[in-house]
Amino acid sequence: MPSLKDLKNRIASVKATQKITKAMKMVAAAKLRRAQEAAEAARPYAERMNKVLAGLSAANAGNAEAPRLLAGTGRDQVHLLVVATGERGLAGGFNSSIIRLAREHALKLLAEGKTVKILTVGRKGNDVLRRSFRENIIDYVTFREVKQLGFAQADEVAHKVLALFNAGEFDVATLFYARFQSVISQVATASQIIPAKFEVSEAADASAALYEYEPGEQEILEDLLPKNVAVQIFRAILENNASFYGAQMSAMDNATRNAGEMINKLTLSYNRQRQAQITKELIEIISGAEAL
Amino acid sequence: MADAFNFELVSPERLLVSEKATEVVIPATLGEMTVLANHAPTMTTVKPGIVTVKLASGQTNQYVVFGGFADILPTGCTLLAEAAVPMSEINRETLQKRIEATQADVNAATSHEHKTKLEEYLAQLTDLHGAILPA
Repeated sequence: MPSLKDLKNRIASVKATQKITKAMKMVAAAKLRRAQEAAEAARPYAERMNKVLAGLSAANAGNAEAPRLLAGTGRDQVHLLVVATGERGLAGGFNSSIIRLAREHALKLLAEGKTVKILTVGRKGNDVLRRSFRENIIDYVTFREVKQLGFAQADEVAHKVLALFNAGEFDVATLFYARFQSVISQVATASQIIPAKFEVSEAADASAALYEYEPGEQEILEDLLPKNVAVQIFRAILENNASFYGAQMSAMDNATRNAGEMINKLTLSYNRQRQAQITKELIEIISGAEAL
Repeated sequence: MADAFNFELVSPERLLVSEKATEVVIPATLGEMTVLANHAPTMTTVKPGIVTVKLASGQTNQYVVFGGFADILPTGCTLLAEAAVPMSEINRETLQKRIEATQADVNAATSHEHKTKLEEYLAQLTDLHGAILPA
């Protein structure tokens, strides 16, 4: 049975924790709004890019000279997994759900006899994946020092991916991140970035044929495909960022509530014990007086 | 009064402009081009340079873009820039930094093709630097 003093200390410590989680929740909520705005601001560009490329790639389908970023290397042996996670924890299942998806994917590919290479973006993913896939991780990017996530960071990752691709280091690249659905729901997602895949709509097909291209169609395609990789990564990073704060907000909300419950329970048993002690002392005094 | 069309200037980070314009001058890779309403559908790459937008209200705005591409339709024009800043916000340091970063990339480039491309970009940037910030 903990003493009165112990209980008092515990209540104080839980209260301090609750203060911290409450503050973290509010910070996350403020940052979430900013991250969400950034993710939304980036959407028009990505959508346009996708539309244009869908048209161009449809026109180039079956073309033997299509750029390799679009057509692939013709092989399916070496896979690159780009795993984007958060820099920090304390966000519920955010990091672990992305990592779990990536790990399952990696194990499946390994079981099929494929070679797996992993590039981690974000500290958390690197820490966890290093335990089970130490020799598969080829590179690691962190944005720990970066205050405001911008396109420059995505470009840096894209440069690495493209350099590896041009050096023939892998055939297929898949990007793992958490898609932001709402504050309470973030979905870990895998999307293939190389060779590029587009959702081709009927309208894009029809309009593509009418375009005049300056310089040539091929040149534009060759110029745009690497940019598309950067844009995809940028979008993933922004979605991830928004998801992270969403997850952190709900995790901290839960933590605050749990701390509240715990304080209630501890206060109850503290009061009971205090009462018991008073009763005990009274009995001692009364029985002492009676004995006289 | 010339016909107006929709002009959008988008960078990966945000939508900078989405307004009715009567005339837009784009620094296309093969030379500057002026887009008016009812332009034939054209897709062109854009080099670093200055975009001049004449809005339907008569106001003229200028933006500095750093490469990208433009998608032109009879009904509108969308410029997807890798990075874009209003002319008034550009300053010597940011431009200089960009030039230095490209210079570093040139030095680090391994493949010949890549190097040529970067050098071209560097030359365009230096051109731009001379054009908007006369020493």
